[in-house]
Amino acid sequence: MKIVGTRAPRAEGIEKLTGKAIYVDDLPLNDFLWGLTVRSTIPYGRIRSIGFDPSEDWSGVTIVTAKDVPGKNVVVLLEQDQPLLATERVMHQQEPIALLAHPDRERLWELAKKVKIDYEPWAPVLDIDASLAVAQKLFRDDNIFKSIGIDKGDVEAAFSRAARVVERTYETGLQEQAYIENQGMVATYDAAKKRLKVAGSMQCPYYVLKGLCPIVGLPPEQVEVEQAATGGAFGGKEDYPTILAAHAALLSMKSGKTVKMIYDRVEDLMATTKRHPCRTRIRTAHDADGRILALDIDATMDGGAYCTLSPVVLSRGTIHAGGPYNFENVRVRSRCVATNTPPNGAFRGFGAPQTIFAMERHMDVLASIFGEAPHRFREPYLLQAGQTTAFSQNVGEDVCIVEIQRQAVEETRFVERRRACEEFNRTSRWERRGIGLATFLHGAGFTGNGEVALDSKLKVDVTPDGIVQIFSANTEMGQGKDTTFGQIAAEAMDLPLSRVRVVTPNTQVVPNSGPTVASRTAMVVGYLVQQACKALRRSLEEHAGKTWKDEAEFASVAADYLRRRGLLEKWAQYQPPPGKVWDDKAYRGAAYGAYAWACYVAEVRVRLDTMEARVEAFDAFQEVGRVLNPVIAQGQIEGGVVQGLGYALQEEVKMRQGVMANANFTNYIIPTFADVPEVKVHFAERPYPFGPFGAKGIGELPMDGPGPAVANALSHALGVEVNRIPATPEHLMELLQGE
Amino acid sequence: MSDPAAETVIRCTINGRAHEHRCHPLASALDFLRYVVRLTGTKEGCKEGECGACAITLDGVVVNSCIVPAAHLQGRQVRTVEGLGADARFSALQQAFLDCGGAQCGICTPGMLVTGTALLEDGRPLTEQRIREYMAGNLCRCTGYGKIVEALLKAAEGGR
Repeated sequence: MKIVGTRAPRAEGIEKLTGKAIYVDDLPLNDFLWGLTVRSTIPYGRIRSIGFDPSEDWSGVTIVTAKDVPGKNVVVLLEQDQPLLATERVMHQQEPIALLAHPDRERLWELAKKVKIDYEPWAPVLDIDASLAVAQKLFRDDNIFKSIGIDKGDVEAAFSRAARVVERTYETGLQEQAYIENQGMVATYDAAKKRLKVAGSMQCPYYVLKGLCPIVGLPPEQVEVEQAATGGAFGGKEDYPTILAAHAALLSMKSGKTVKMIYDRVEDLMATTKRHPCRTRIRTAHDADGRILALDIDATMDGGAYCTLSPVVLSRGTIHAGGPYNFENVRVRSRCVATNTPPNGAFRGFGAPQTIFAMERHMDVLASIFGEAPHRFREPYLLQAGQTTAFSQNVGEDVCIVEIQRQAVEETRFVERRRACEEFNRTSRWERRGIGLATFLHGAGFTGNGEVALDSKLKVDVTPDGIVQIFSANTEMGQGKDTTFGQIAAEAMDLPLSRVRVVTPNTQVVPNSGPTVASRTAMVVGYLVQQACKALRRSLEEHAGKTWKDEAEFASVAADYLRRRGLLEKWAQYQPPPGKVWDDKAYRGAAYGAYAWACYVAEVRVRLDTMEARVEAFDAFQEVGRVLNPVIAQGQIEGGVVQGLGYALQEEVKMRQGVMANANFTNYIIPTFADVPEVKVHFAERPYPFGPFGAKGIGELPMDGPGPAVANALSHALGVEVNRIPATPEHLMELLQGE
Repeated sequence: MSDPAAETVIRCTINGRAHEHRCHPLASALDFLRYVVRLTGTKEGCKEGECGACAITLDGVVVNSCIVPAAHLQGRQVRTVEGLGADARFSALQQAFLDCGGAQCGICTPGMLVTGTALLEDGRPLTEQRIREYMAGNLCRCTGYGKIVEALLKAAEGGR
């Protein structure tokens, strides 16, 4: 292959490196208003009245409340429980209640303080236990957005013959996506033409379109959604941009002007979605030799005040809970509950980092109890060809987790380093060292029958000057999709990269190739790029009666084709890989078309005076099908690992009365250059037949491993079980003091 | 800060060119550059001096422009990302960022490049340790920093 697998430079690199890339806040606008959201300041209660301080001059201020919504006042996602603007009841702090627009942004900030909302506060439900006890009914009768069960074998029988049962509870906290570009959207409504255009920072233009239409009461033909350059997303711009787009649209419709809404960091941190906190209890039944007879997992996630994407997050978390193992008897019970906190949402990994943390910590707890090295304890259970996962998917030949773990252990000299840490700890007064690993998998694409339901479509065409254009709704948000799509197309067409153009996602221009989420873009949509380009090439070759020898010849063939026959475009549509069956009722079967397999190794050092933990070395081994571009693939893994290190050690969302109390980068601390080691990335490649040139999805994978690998290393270093992350110095000190 | 009567004339040199604009003296240098001068390459990440997306240099010294008042630019030499290449050509650091994958989403990139250029220009030998300390005021959520370290080392090696 000439182009796939090479270090092709980032397609939009020059714009980004010269300051010319246009993000939403950079869009040139004339005669526009700034928009602002007035939000609730209590976690739960009734709105008695919305008042506007009469001492202020409100003329010239555009004001929107729920009664100004032309269509339905609802954010349509999986459920329809979330209003776009609160009416009688507020369900969480920072819930949008009213919208203001004015040409002067600072005047707007002053005006927002003069909107007086009178509440009747109710006792809020702020955590999982209060929600499960149904202290208040927040969602239906039981506060449960979704519950899922997985069963394999006979768990009860296995527990009844167990010589020993080990039970632990593992906890993971909220985590903020912390994209460096805050959320933002610009809306322009043309009342004469009844056309609305929104542009902004987003992952999924068609999600925004689908959410906007019922709110603004316009058909999709009259609504145009376009992605601006997007400064990081990580799931945080999957569903939330719909709300912001609708807010800006309503203000534009009422004012007749373009409205620009850009959150500042505090608002973005306080009001938008985060990773679901999760509490997972694991019980394992063992025979007299310590062998695992059965696995029993019970996981509860906190979804926040509205359902949003919680059922799907729970689904992925539940499916990944059993890890890359072949256990005979498995039971998983999981649920996601409602609390009076801002809704939690998508964040890289999407439920899997939470449950994989629990599973991989539990394997280390067991290894320690039964006196085996962590990798040796895991190995007999690691999936092999023809074996089945916890959700009874036969992995067939697409598995190499035994090899990946062995490679990780050998190449990192895991055993020797583990011994060296223990030796060090025997003599050091001030420091402790430890090394740990985590072995895991991550499924790429939508779960179960999700990809069939998405029914993604993609188009390619060729221009008269011989440029192949890719029309897809998938967004570039830093992950390198414009580059890898270009490489796939160039390779399939046997053309240089300069002959390929990736069209900016705009719902009036590109077909719906599905959302840019779930590690699906390169693998699922990239495969459509390859299929469509194959068809395009075939047509041109048939037209010419031969293949082109160089790009000049291609250009003349393309020009000739268009001159004689007019248009040349080819479509590709998602087809499920054969033989993959998922039973959504029983939660059994082919949950994903393909999995990436991984083993991550972390070494930590803890200072006993301050209890600060540093990751000294990190190695990430994974099998990914095919590396489309080594720079981009490594960048995905390195970046994901560092987010995972933040999750493991530093990133703690402090909630007070149902809202983030440390809502700034001074107090919510994400890793800096100085906090992290070099992340060493090791790829194995076993091409996947239904990915482009064999590639599988890897976007979320690196988020899963660092949490448990670091907690396992900390447990090794300190000789206590670190079963909760983030493992802040305060938490580690409490653990050592036995509190 | 939108009161026209309170505005003042700010004269400074930005990327080698003389500029003169009216602006409230207490507006942030970031807002002055982005909304008055209309150089939008410099980005807002946090508006509290924590993330470095808005980094510029003033007379060669790196500052976070979000917490510097516009009046502070008076008579100074300002450099932003737009001034890094010369004659529409990449600087060695920009080229190294492209080669090594130093930019992903690109929102921190202008600040990274400005800070990184200042680091390269101070002339002292670069080590990974020194890069990690010097650059620690610039947050990136995409790369995990490794590719940026690599790019800085490569640009330094390129003998600028």
